[in-house]
Amino acid sequence: MPQVTLTVNGKQHTVEVEGRTLLVELLREKLGLTGTHVGCDTSQCGACVVDVDGLSAKSCTMLALQADGCKITTIEGLAAADGTLHPMQEMFREHHALQCGFCTPGMVMSAIDLVKSHPEGLTEKQIRDGLEGNLCRCTGYHNIVKAIAAAWPLMHGKTQAAAAE
Amino acid sequence: MPFEGIGASVRRKEDVRFLSGHGNYTDDINRPGQVHAFIKRADRPHARINGINTAAAAKAPGVLAVFTGADMAKEEIGGLPCGWQIHSKDGSPMAEPPHPVIAVGKVRHVGDPVAVVIAETRQAAKDAAELLEIDYTDLPAVSTLKQAVAPGAPLVHDDVPGNVCYDWHIGDKALVDAAFAKAAKVVKLDLTNNRLIPNAMEPRAAVGEWDTSSGDYTLYTTSQNPHVIRLLMGAFVLHIPENKLRVVAPDVGGGFGSKIYHYAEEAIVTWASAKVRRPIKWTAERNESFMSDAHGRDHVSTAEMALDADGNFLALRVSTLANMGAYLSTFAPCVPTYLYATLLAGVYQTPVIYAEVKAMFTNTVPVDAYRGAGRPEASYLLERLVDAIAHDTGMDRVALRRKNFIPADAFPYQTPVALQYDSGNYTATLDAALQAADFAGFESRRAAARSRGKLRGIGVSTYLEACGIAPSAVVGSLGARAGLYEVANIRMHPTGSVTVFTGTHSHGQGHETTLAQLVVDQLGVPLDQVEVVHGDTAKIPFGMGTYGSRSLAVGGTAMVKAMDKVIAKGKKIAAHLLEASVEDIEFKDGKFSVAGTDKQKTLTEISLAAYVPHNYPIEELEPGLDETAFYDPKNFTFPGGCHVCEVEIDMDTGVPSVVNFVAVDDVGRVVNPMIVEGQVQGGVAQGIGQALLENAVYDEAGQLISGSFMDYTMPRADNLPNITVGTEITLCTHNPLGVKGCGEVGAIGSPPAVMNAVIDALKEYGVRHIDMPATPQKLWSIIQAGAPRMAAE
Repeated sequence: MPQVTLTVNGKQHTVEVEGRTLLVELLREKLGLTGTHVGCDTSQCGACVVDVDGLSAKSCTMLALQADGCKITTIEGLAAADGTLHPMQEMFREHHALQCGFCTPGMVMSAIDLVKSHPEGLTEKQIRDGLEGNLCRCTGYHNIVKAIAAAWPLMHGKTQAAAAE
Repeated sequence: MPFEGIGASVRRKEDVRFLSGHGNYTDDINRPGQVHAFIKRADRPHARINGINTAAAAKAPGVLAVFTGADMAKEEIGGLPCGWQIHSKDGSPMAEPPHPVIAVGKVRHVGDPVAVVIAETRQAAKDAAELLEIDYTDLPAVSTLKQAVAPGAPLVHDDVPGNVCYDWHIGDKALVDAAFAKAAKVVKLDLTNNRLIPNAMEPRAAVGEWDTSSGDYTLYTTSQNPHVIRLLMGAFVLHIPENKLRVVAPDVGGGFGSKIYHYAEEAIVTWASAKVRRPIKWTAERNESFMSDAHGRDHVSTAEMALDADGNFLALRVSTLANMGAYLSTFAPCVPTYLYATLLAGVYQTPVIYAEVKAMFTNTVPVDAYRGAGRPEASYLLERLVDAIAHDTGMDRVALRRKNFIPADAFPYQTPVALQYDSGNYTATLDAALQAADFAGFESRRAAARSRGKLRGIGVSTYLEACGIAPSAVVGSLGARAGLYEVANIRMHPTGSVTVFTGTHSHGQGHETTLAQLVVDQLGVPLDQVEVVHGDTAKIPFGMGTYGSRSLAVGGTAMVKAMDKVIAKGKKIAAHLLEASVEDIEFKDGKFSVAGTDKQKTLTEISLAAYVPHNYPIEELEPGLDETAFYDPKNFTFPGGCHVCEVEIDMDTGVPSVVNFVAVDDVGRVVNPMIVEGQVQGGVAQGIGQALLENAVYDEAGQLISGSFMDYTMPRADNLPNITVGTEITLCTHNPLGVKGCGEVGAIGSPPAVMNAVIDALKEYGVRHIDMPATPQKLWSIIQAGAPRMAAE
């Protein structure tokens, strides 16, 4: 079987995979990182989103072999070593942006990319449009949108008003 | 100590593990030596199975075994049981055809299990399933209610004539007919409640394990009620006594009703794990969720209201066809009867009501309770009918509602359809919602929208529901084959921390927080010293799980009663230690004190004394401080409220957008306002989904054509508005917490509010009714058809 070498949450792994093995299967089944979830089979729900070399990606839509040499961050790799949550995780908790928790890892990973890729600021409409690839059945998205808006200034170290100036 | 008791928006205890990827969902569980199951499912709606050749699949790489329905039948494995029996008008019991775990003889819906392949890996099992040779003879199928009732329709079950499961009724037909005969006006509305697919984000999964040394079975499963699954599967399907069967429902990623039921896959992996002597995991792919999770709704109804000249409701007559699907799911028969027709009084003092409900078998996935279950169908019918009355009579839709409300001073209120409401104030929720939505100022917004090429409408629904399910004797007399009490065990630990073992189950509702807040409130123990345990039959006492917004009203009350016992025993211990009489001991804020003195002992000191009983009234009192209480509710609870929705429809494309949504609900006492708000918002999102986006579609031949997220329109962030939530409280009078329940109100109140708004937006086109979902295609067609007429006028 072919081998893939990749760095996940700062730790390098070399793993044997089938050609058809998906990145999410490698993460969940070979590395035991079950925080990344599978919610569908058509690349629609976004529960499997991880960070691949700085960009969010649906790990159900990427072959494990395509990740050879990549740096991957999963939901397990976000919090600091002492357990301090990433600001996005903290804002999701503060604003009750999760209920059952199943979509949450993918939602948080997508949200971080969304905030990072909008240093100029984010409107509510941009947040809603940016979440188009992530399904949540519990919250109605209201609190997720609030949490992401609240995380923006924490991640950019300034208010949106300051960014606009 | 920060305020963490009843009424505090405490941040959730469960969130850190979910946010950091450390949730423990069923598919995250991997047992040593585990192998995988793949279920081969019917790709056609109705066919005779002439034979299944498993030889090639059984020899495929990595395959341990292949089982068919015939293999299970040889061992006298039972069919999947139904938990509720309805009797027809003529007194005969409902038709209850067998529901084999794996199809025997015939397949009856797309998704019906035909065989299971067990292999070392999921991929190997899936590959091998491709090698199964199934010889079918296709049979004609029925998928819609219209097809099922047609004369000479194909029969789903050969021995169920006319596809009728039951033909049931409630209310006094003669009184209703008499009232119609003398009515000044009768308004009639035909309407469909569209079929929905629940789609919890976590697909169902199950891991079965047979312990070779003890012979015990363990099933890990995505369930809302592990004890119910243990009882149904153990007693009726696999014949495993409770002492040899443990069912664990760990973190569960959303349920919405669809994870209440006992499903075939649970029995398959449990049974087969002993056959192959390896733990077996099955996890649904999303396409399997679409064709095997119980669907929701699917009613076709005619509703008629008799009115006097002043618009007072005199009588309501309803006739409903309800789709059961191919087999009876666990609680399916009660949904269109006791969870639907008993709610047809709604918030109105309609003096007499008669409803008849015919439940039909079709070649579709079984239909059962989905968020609200019966009550959304009732509120949709009533609230659309009230708007149709306003349309036909020219009366103001809000005034018409007010005029017919059950007044706030009329409680307890006996409806003509069995229920007795304990409390409510429908004028208060209506007034608050209208104000929050600026209903009075709407017409200027309509005009402004029109200048932007948008048709703007506003809709109101004033709804009621019944939850806190349910008094056991009452539901037993109505056909339930189970009790619906709840249970809690409060275990005080020696150093004063507390573990709560609850029979309810959390799959997103936040019980680990909310239930802990009850302990903070009653026992004065800080939140971080309270642990709530649920979901494991080896740990928790026999409770009935979570559905019907029952966890707080029924499960919370069981906790209160168990804590009462803790306090009562604690008082005896305190009396001994403080050398006082028990009658003089008071308990407040976590301290036992002698009335009128400064002598006191903390709950922690009392707990320690109970577990280290050196100085202890050992002759009269057992050691330990660990109390259990069961609670059987006295009545349902009756949340209600008012939802106001504002939509805009793009005149060029027909695309509707919800631009404002206000929900003001009476959910009884609120324990955690943050969580209540989240529950309502989530429910409203599902209601907007039903009204505008979601629809389970079968084609004429019975094929499910909305079978993936590519085809079934789930509400996404850019389809939904911000949802403003308010509460106007009246307390439930028959439980000590005064709570009613908030899990379903959003999904019950919102669909008619949205549809009333859509129809209001189209009022210049003379539209009286549109069936859900109000898709852009439907709306665009109306606008297009209406345009020439509008131009001509």
